[in-house]
Amino acid sequence: MIVTAICIVGGTGVLCATLLYFISKKFEVAENPLLAQVQEALPAANCGGCGYPGCSAFASACVKASSLDGLLCPVGGSDVMAKVATILGKTADNVEPRVAVVRCNGNCEARLRTNQYDGTRNCRIASQLYGGETGCSFGCFGYGDCEAACTFGAIAVNPSTGLPEVIESKCTACGACVKACPKNLIELRRRGPKSRRIYVSCMNRDKGGPARKACDNACIGCSKCVKECAFDAITMANNLAFIDSLKCRLCRKCVPVCPTGAIIELNFPPRKEAAEAKES
Amino acid sequence: MQKTFRIGGIHPPANKWSAGKAIVKADIPSQAIVPLAQHIGAPAQALVKKGDKLKVGTLIAKAGGFVSANIHSPVSGAVLKIDESLDASGYKRPAIFIDTEGDEWEEGIDLSSEIRRDCKLSPQEIVAAINQAGIVGMGGATFPTHVKLTPPSGFKAEILIINAVECEPFLTSDHALMLAHGEEILIGTSILMRALGVSKAAIGIESNKPDAIALLSRLAASFEGITVVSLKERYPQGGEKQLIDAIIRRQVKSGALPISAGAVVQNAGTAFAVYEAVQKNKPLVERVVTVTGRGVGNPANYLARIGTPLRQLMEASGVISHPGKIISGGPMMGKAVASAEIPVTKGCSGILILSASESKRKQMRNCIRCAKCVDACPMGLNPTLLMNAAEFAAWDTAESNYAADCIECGSCSYVCPSHRPLLDHIRMAKGKVMEIARSRK
Amino acid sequence: MENKLIISPSPHIHSGDSVERNMYGVLIALVPAFVASLWFFGLGALIVMLASIAFCVAFEYLITKYIMKRESTVSDGSAILTGALLAFNLPSNLPLWIIALGALFAIGVAKMAFGGLGNNIFNPALAGRVFLLISFPAQMTTWPSPGVFPLAYTDGATGATVLSLLNEGASQLPSYTDMLLGRMGGSLGEISAIALLLGLAFMLVRRIITWHIPTSIILTVAAFTGIMYAIDPAGYVNPLVHLLSGGLLLGAIFMATDYVTSPMSKSGMIVFGIGIGIITSVIRLFGSYPEGVSFAILIMNAVTPLINTYFKPTHFGGK
Repeated sequence: MIVTAICIVGGTGVLCATLLYFISKKFEVAENPLLAQVQEALPAANCGGCGYPGCSAFASACVKASSLDGLLCPVGGSDVMAKVATILGKTADNVEPRVAVVRCNGNCEARLRTNQYDGTRNCRIASQLYGGETGCSFGCFGYGDCEAACTFGAIAVNPSTGLPEVIESKCTACGACVKACPKNLIELRRRGPKSRRIYVSCMNRDKGGPARKACDNACIGCSKCVKECAFDAITMANNLAFIDSLKCRLCRKCVPVCPTGAIIELNFPPRKEAAEAKES
Repeated sequence: MQKTFRIGGIHPPANKWSAGKAIVKADIPSQAIVPLAQHIGAPAQALVKKGDKLKVGTLIAKAGGFVSANIHSPVSGAVLKIDESLDASGYKRPAIFIDTEGDEWEEGIDLSSEIRRDCKLSPQEIVAAINQAGIVGMGGATFPTHVKLTPPSGFKAEILIINAVECEPFLTSDHALMLAHGEEILIGTSILMRALGVSKAAIGIESNKPDAIALLSRLAASFEGITVVSLKERYPQGGEKQLIDAIIRRQVKSGALPISAGAVVQNAGTAFAVYEAVQKNKPLVERVVTVTGRGVGNPANYLARIGTPLRQLMEASGVISHPGKIISGGPMMGKAVASAEIPVTKGCSGILILSASESKRKQMRNCIRCAKCVDACPMGLNPTLLMNAAEFAAWDTAESNYAADCIECGSCSYVCPSHRPLLDHIRMAKGKVMEIARSRK
Repeated sequence: MENKLIISPSPHIHSGDSVERNMYGVLIALVPAFVASLWFFGLGALIVMLASIAFCVAFEYLITKYIMKRESTVSDGSAILTGALLAFNLPSNLPLWIIALGALFAIGVAKMAFGGLGNNIFNPALAGRVFLLISFPAQMTTWPSPGVFPLAYTDGATGATVLSLLNEGASQLPSYTDMLLGRMGGSLGEISAIALLLGLAFMLVRRIITWHIPTSIILTVAAFTGIMYAIDPAGYVNPLVHLLSGGLLLGAIFMATDYVTSPMSKSGMIVFGIGIGIITSVIRLFGSYPEGVSFAILIMNAVTPLINTYFKPTHFGGK
């Protein structure tokens, strides 16, 4: 009795195993072994920041491409691309690490609400309707489409300011938030030495008067920063200043001249004067 | 049984409080703000500069392309500036600011009330006159009329349909216009028929306007080929595709133009504007605007110049001190505006003022899959499925379930017992799907 | 700055319909059938109904508050409705502890485990009933005999239902008048055909449901059993007996039309109804269970997502 049972069960098992073996041999998909290696080297975040639907699509693009120019995994950056290059025997460009910055500083105090939005709290839906709850139609809604788009938890709306904040250590510069923002407020900027950056935190293209009226922190297009900059890094277009991160030498001279404080400096040590003033 | 469209639809309370009230001439504003983008298509290009003296009817901006429209000065006076101004789009866009002095009209405009019935112009001349006068769809869609009168090659209009349905609750501007200028609308209709080369026209009017149906039916007896069709009250019967279905029983295919069903639809207000342009040489500088809602003491129909600030009309109707919501257009498809200072434009058929208590949406609940939105959708879509697709950014699902066919009538959100903002999401999905479709080309 | 203008996308008005309006509407529609069961089953019917509603509401409240930790959804009326419908599917002499178990299964497993109202796949009340039917077959199939407001609860005289009589091959059935009025053994809500049809009329007038599901179920069962009766009048009973007996009307009018678990398009609803009709008839005529409505509805509930995929609303302008 027991022997019969063992034979039947065991026999079925052996039969199935043999079948499976032959079927797997017969229908084996020939795969470039490099593909698996490249995929292994990638971060497996599947964020789509490279422009491909996921890491495996990107890996096959890397394997197929004749050179790695233009192919970049923003999450892994230069390190990962160097690894991929070694696996494939190609060379990769050395790319400057980047990070997302939010170009709006219209927090709740600076930018008073002039109306009350009662629709679905979604930036894209609101943007189809109108410019927003404040007088500034260029500024952040604060409904968090960027937060929802980020797969790394690197951007979150701060409820006290109503503005999204980037957590630099988590940001991989995949660009998902840039695409999600209907007002194009998010920019991928050079991370900078020691993460030091200077940028204009405003996208308001109105003339000075209306811009200032709508928001205390708006860029009013006064051009003082343009005159102050010794390196021609700042340009003024449509009543809005822009600092070219490749030309900026991080001298910080433009920051104090801005009458509205629209220019933001990040991760710098405190200024001498300010530090002295504090002590005295 | 009365005719109506065959799929979906709802029946919101009509609330036509200003019905039967005669059209009142609104005061000429002391300053007119004339946006350059009052129509679908390219914005018009300003032809004037600061300080220029204008008369009523002076061309101040010319069409910025084929799908665009001329703009004429609605007041006489001097150009103050050309600057950005908030309009019903919710964004600041370029506009011409004119300080009014007196009320002097351009020469050659016939301001008499005499009715001129005969029109001997060729179709090309009619279209040119309409193009010159800057006429756009007056029902709210603001599509330039001359474009609709020049069907793309390969298409031939068989019937002209005049949209006098006014299915939006509260609004009565077309109704008031029909009662006051029924004959002019019929003449405008026959001019449009001539321009299109069609021998048939149907004027669709919902049965809640029996006086207008009676008047136009009586007048239409002396016009060849024009019939008045009484339609069952049903929203959104004024939608172009729904109206064609209701009157000639043909459904425009997904993504196709209405002309593919052999029909051209024009609004009753447009027909009146066409009459004035062709027979009286009068450009589109004023229109009938209904001011209504619980937020005003005296709902009324005004004949207002383009560029009149909404506030002026609201005050004329005795607006309450703290309105909850100001809507340019009707309650179903109108746009809530952030300021009462925005101007009346060519497409502004009404201003609806809601009190604060009726302005707020209710808390949204889970979808209970009751399918009331499916029953209500006049395009035969599944709104709750599309909303889910939009929430999860599943744009391919949205596309294969015809998100792009949504006419944004709002019937789904209106009926939802869970107060889900279906249209908010479907509108987003529609925008996204159309964006993806464009990028594919 | 208190009076800022409110801005939201269109539409700016709402029909005033609400989840509550629909749930309480169904509850009102249940009243006639409940009155009939009070008349015939008396105190037992009242106890079972109150207990079932109380247990369902209590379980929903406790689960939302302590397990899911979100705002309570008791006020939307869906738990009350589930309780009432569960009671309608139970015999009026069922002990309280069994009712409590059924309510726990209906609310806890069939509804809240899936995410609450709107996310459940199976009709909670039916899932509760079937759970009890399988777990306590004896108690669930002993029905008290009808009387005139009897005061007995668990200790009254018992009898059989029409369908169990049929299944056992008995020939003595109640008269059609008794079946219409409800003077026969059965679950609380399934006995009186007239009362159930009154409820249907109310729901159709209030536009809570449409005619598609109930009609297609009833017609399918009538057609199926009618054909069998025509083929072999001796072996099968008149289709009218099938329509008036058991939970067919209760199922077709109140259980299958549950919003959450039925298809969304009209064509889908008809397919859903036909499916229920066929499965019900097959179980009744050929299966070992005397009654098949509950199983038929649950099976078709599971197929609903598939029906939704293949039977879409008629699209304007065709495909």
